[in-house]
Amino acid sequence: MSVQGTFRTAAKALRRNPMRAMLTTLGIVIGIGAVIAMLEIGAGSSSAVQKGIASMGANVLLVMPGTTSSAGVSSGAGGMVTLTPHDCEVIAEECASIGSIAPVVRARAQVVYAGRNWVPNTMYGTTAAFLDIRGWTLAEGETFSDTDVLSGNCVCLLGQTLVRELFQDQSPIGEDIRIMGVSFRVIGVLASKGANMMGMDQDDLLLAPWTAIKFRVVSGTLSMGNQSISSGSSSSVNTLSDLYNSPPTFYPTKSDVQTADNPTLTRFANVDQILATARSTGEISSAIQQVTETLRRQHGIREGQDDDFTVRDMTEMANVLTSTTRLMGNLLLCVATISLIVGGVGIMNIMLVSVTERTREIGLRMAVGARARDILRQFLVEAVALCLTGGALGILLGHGGSLLVRKFLHWPVETSPTGIALAVLVSASVGIIFGYYPAWKASRLDPIDALRYE
Amino acid sequence: MELIELNDIRKTYDMGDVKVPVLNGITLTVAHGELLALMGVSGSGKSTLMNLLGCLDRPTSGEYWLDGREVSQLLSDERALLRNRKLGFVFQNFNLLPRTTALENVAMPLTYSAGHCSERESRRRAEEMLRRVGLEDRAGHEPSQLSGGQQQRVAIARALINRPQVLFADEPTGNLDSHTSEDVLRMFVQLNEEDGITIILVTHDANVAAHARRIVRIQDGLIADSASGGAQ
Repeated sequence: MSVQGTFRTAAKALRRNPMRAMLTTLGIVIGIGAVIAMLEIGAGSSSAVQKGIASMGANVLLVMPGTTSSAGVSSGAGGMVTLTPHDCEVIAEECASIGSIAPVVRARAQVVYAGRNWVPNTMYGTTAAFLDIRGWTLAEGETFSDTDVLSGNCVCLLGQTLVRELFQDQSPIGEDIRIMGVSFRVIGVLASKGANMMGMDQDDLLLAPWTAIKFRVVSGTLSMGNQSISSGSSSSVNTLSDLYNSPPTFYPTKSDVQTADNPTLTRFANVDQILATARSTGEISSAIQQVTETLRRQHGIREGQDDDFTVRDMTEMANVLTSTTRLMGNLLLCVATISLIVGGVGIMNIMLVSVTERTREIGLRMAVGARARDILRQFLVEAVALCLTGGALGILLGHGGSLLVRKFLHWPVETSPTGIALAVLVSASVGIIFGYYPAWKASRLDPIDALRYE
Repeated sequence: MELIELNDIRKTYDMGDVKVPVLNGITLTVAHGELLALMGVSGSGKSTLMNLLGCLDRPTSGEYWLDGREVSQLLSDERALLRNRKLGFVFQNFNLLPRTTALENVAMPLTYSAGHCSERESRRRAEEMLRRVGLEDRAGHEPSQLSGGQQQRVAIARALINRPQVLFADEPTGNLDSHTSEDVLRMFVQLNEEDGITIILVTHDANVAAHARRIVRIQDGLIADSASGGAQ
């Protein structure tokens, strides 16, 4: 019997009792529908959870300068001055797995406004991409632009704690504050973020273009001390070179007069760290590899030499992310399995009834020349056809259901092609597994008994 | 070579502890083109004999030559093939597929034939068979829309579709009134005379057997009497 013929016969047999075929299929329709809806809604909430965790910085990579040691005394992490803003640009251009990237210059200095002052916990010179990387948003005002960064404009964004300390209830937008005697205009206020996982207040913060912090506030060192206290000497001569602070001490120290006469405009610009995001959690490792390769080439490090930088990821958070995703996946799998087993038992039940009811038909088919395997195939194909039809309807039902959920409950929903492929596969296997026993039973009938069956 | 040769056929049913002998050594020859009636009371073994002749069952011992081939020990798949190619069956209760048109019922055995014929070819052959039993205008009717006689004629058309060499009819008129019975029996006679199909009627009814050219009486699993019938 040809495959086509088998399908035709199965279709005819099913059409003889459409109501029962429909009710039988209902089990599978509901099962597969539930699976598809759960998968889509689940995938949606899972990616929402992932996004949530990712916004905590799971995708963030931190590039730190390497360490130096002199006479056996290590300077600790970040002791070397090796990262440059140029590195940052090259990485952004060449590393495919990197989403956004921002250089960071750290500073610690007193901020003054009117009669009040405060030393913010964190003072970062960076670019506007920093906000994207951390997933931080503005409560009011606007962020600084790339032009601000290029021209070193003295503008800044304040965290909520800083606003409270300096401005109390007043709006800080448009006000000028002073950082180490340099005037910065407040253009935006960051939304409140509370403490980070280490308990550090993330709102006690000031962000400004890195050029402004680098060249107007911090000298070329990596000092994390309070620069407002330690850098008093540079103001003994009143010149414009104050704007650029004291140059790094690579060159012979000039006298005050020499300095005043020939202001050194050397902009040896290093950054304290580079913050970047991988495009997705899955690309973290490739991103690390690409950044490492780019920086090694950029820094002219030969084969076999140690890196003069380190790249770190947020392994802890990435692990939370993976385990959350896995948990949700397993949960869905349990629900799916149970509903499909229930549906499959329904199919088996009805197929058994059908075999009993059609005993005479089976006997007749055998009498006119159907072999046992023809009968087996016919009933198996019937069961599989029922399940596949049920699966198709279930996919429509489930997809429709999840679309309704999105429309009316505004839950995040994601169409999952793998889920649909899986549903087709699963419904076919349910048909085969639960259809096999009844089909086998039918094929084992004795034609004489079957023909005489009442 | 005769069409059917039975040589000391025995059949014993094994009911656990008890062995029930049903056929006790049947030897019978059926020639091409015969119209034969197997007669016997209920329990005489005539149905068992028909099942053996129809290759639905295997004898416990003995030889069965069908069209020059020993078929008594064939496997069930081989017997299925044989039934499909060489044998046709007509049953007392018609055994038509419910909610399936007459045409589809007639074409059904073709789906199990080795050389698949196309959908169109099966339709054509089924239509031809229906025409032969005079039901070409009922091709699209389902069994529930047909009278008993018409249903039995559809069943005959189905039995003939694979051009069998032997047609077995097991109490073909058992569910029909006397007038329709006469029609159906005339059709058997006609098929036998015009197309030369060998027909074996199984019946307990002497009126039915009277249409056959030869009557074989079975009693207690043995052939009691084999005589020329009174037909025509």
